[in-house]
Amino acid sequence: MFDAVIRNFGFLMGGFGVTLELTACALAGGITLGMIVGLGRISRNRWIYQPVTLYVNFIRNIPLILVIFWFYFVMPIIAGQPLNPFISAVISFIIFEATYFGEIFRAGYQSISVDLIHAAYSTGLTYTQTARYVLIPIAFRRMLPSLITQSIITFQDTSLAFVIGLQEFVRRASIVDNLEVRSIQLYGFVGIVFFIFCFIGSKISLHFEEKGRKTGVL
Amino acid sequence: MIEIKNVSKWFGDFQVLKDINETIQKGQTMVICGPSGSGKSTLLRCINGLEPYQKGEIIVDGESLSDPKTNLYKLRQKIGMVFQRFELYPHMTVLKNITLAPMKVLKKSKKEAEKKAMELLERVGIPDKAHEYPANLSGGQQQRVAIARSLAMEPEYMLFDEPTSALDPEMINEVLDVMVDLAKEGMTMIVVTHEMGFAREVADEIIFMDEGRIIERGSDEEFFTNPKNERTKLFLSQILV
Amino acid sequence: MAYNFDWSVLWRQPYGMWLLQGLWVTIKIGFLAWIIALSLGIVIGTLRVTPWKFLRLFSSAYTELFRNIPFLVQLFFWYYAGPMLLGDRLGHYVNQIMGLNYYVAIFALGIYTASRVAEHMRAGFASIGKEQYQAVLSTGMTQFQMYRYVIIPYALRIILPPLTTEFLTIFKNSSIAMTIGVAELTFMSYRIDAETFHGLEATTGAMFIYLLLGLTVVRIMGFIESKFKIPGMIGR
Repeated sequence: MFDAVIRNFGFLMGGFGVTLELTACALAGGITLGMIVGLGRISRNRWIYQPVTLYVNFIRNIPLILVIFWFYFVMPIIAGQPLNPFISAVISFIIFEATYFGEIFRAGYQSISVDLIHAAYSTGLTYTQTARYVLIPIAFRRMLPSLITQSIITFQDTSLAFVIGLQEFVRRASIVDNLEVRSIQLYGFVGIVFFIFCFIGSKISLHFEEKGRKTGVL
Repeated sequence: MIEIKNVSKWFGDFQVLKDINETIQKGQTMVICGPSGSGKSTLLRCINGLEPYQKGEIIVDGESLSDPKTNLYKLRQKIGMVFQRFELYPHMTVLKNITLAPMKVLKKSKKEAEKKAMELLERVGIPDKAHEYPANLSGGQQQRVAIARSLAMEPEYMLFDEPTSALDPEMINEVLDVMVDLAKEGMTMIVVTHEMGFAREVADEIIFMDEGRIIERGSDEEFFTNPKNERTKLFLSQILV
Repeated sequence: MAYNFDWSVLWRQPYGMWLLQGLWVTIKIGFLAWIIALSLGIVIGTLRVTPWKFLRLFSSAYTELFRNIPFLVQLFFWYYAGPMLLGDRLGHYVNQIMGLNYYVAIFALGIYTASRVAEHMRAGFASIGKEQYQAVLSTGMTQFQMYRYVIIPYALRIILPPLTTEFLTIFKNSSIAMTIGVAELTFMSYRIDAETFHGLEATTGAMFIYLLLGLTVVRIMGFIESKFKIPGMIGR
């Protein structure tokens, strides 16, 4: 029943490898940029706050596919030569996902009350000690479930690199399908693989959410 | 000794503290009362260097808070503070909440810090909760942990910002009892509270604040039975019923 | 590589018309899929709180299945594998349908978004306190009446803000339909590139059209929210 999948297993899983690479790059860049975007969103300086907010609201109103195309078109103009679609796709994902991660970080930063910081200060802790032992651990625990959920979404989003011809998981399945016409098993297989990874991820996220609620951190 | 001299503070255009003058001697307990928004809590935060003020001076044991040479972190080690909503670290057990600052700031060993913490928990009456997380404690218990957390730094002064106003009525006394003991042991305390029973029992001085000013001060029964200012009278009549 | 900008592709014919036609298709897909998503989502979300275990299980399986697989994969599955699942004769007949990709896009987007609506419904029900349910039953209503007249209308109002976000997302997700050749807005901007090599201008223009569409939707939903909001509740 999975004959076409078995025949092309190496080719398909190679595509899944590309999907994982894309996800790793998108997450590393997206989360790093997201931390900065989150800081910009709570900045009191309007020269920082306004542009960052504009960027976030603009990108969040636009489909990811279009962002991917846009960078695919704009990169050669900036670089002066046609760019490798992998790099182009990674840049699009970072720019796109950073706005979503940024809002998670903003909420995390804002969830800490001023008095909790005051309480830490009043016991004589310094700014760095307060950040290290109180702020960051609490914010991180509060954000962890959302960060995992958004990482799962990013993992699924990388499938859209399909549109600029990048040979990731879905693209390779469609290449095999064009030759062998086994749509049910091929797309079924791709769906199952994605499902397993995402399902486990969502359970991990849920675990941390329940743990957080139980210990009263959330 | 804490000296507050001509202190004024603004939030933008709004003046929260208007020319405050006050001195608290070692070993004294001072109670501050007054309607919400009168600047009581802000004054408390200024004394601890948690909020800046724009005019005047606050001097703790001869060191001025506004002097740039003053190390605020060092100064805060001898001023403990307790908050309305406890503000315990939710991700740490009760024991870790108490030992964090002694270990990180005073560089005490874990063993030493925990021994002291257990003594303090004993003193506030909940040694059995040492390994619980704050969320599993009642409000009264959480506030007693917060007091123990401050005491672990062996402060010379303690500031209390409405420590019982977020508590259910049946838990208020368990917290007040701890505070009364502290006062009787000679701790220097500044307490923002509406608990007039507490004030009557231990306060060496009571001040009444309204709209950023101290408008009445007293040191004895006279303050309760025969206040001079109309607003104090009105306020007391509302909370003493 | 020197690049000569030619912004006229945004209005020069036939390209300007293409973008407008694309926008119209985007709006149609979004609306029709939303109708499916909302009605199906409310039903599936409500199944989650029924007393029958089997229905609750079905409801949670549905949401888990749809949200853990990328929409692109779902779309390909329905479009390419769907007709095969119907068997040789019926599948052959379905494949003859004019504009099949358009209908599949609406169907796939609708049932996918339904899972997200259901998830919001579940959260809405969860936010209604137990005592509220007991209060309704104590007035003598049956279970069915309780859900029909009190709980569902209440939950819907609570989840209006997240539903607005979902409604915005459905227009954004409709762009994925271009991968099966549906001539919506993103498809059209890409098509302009294929003809003129001015994809940068075309996609930039499309971005601003999506932005305008989004702002309009927010405006409309804001109006609806203000009409249905419960005084003293739902702060945005």
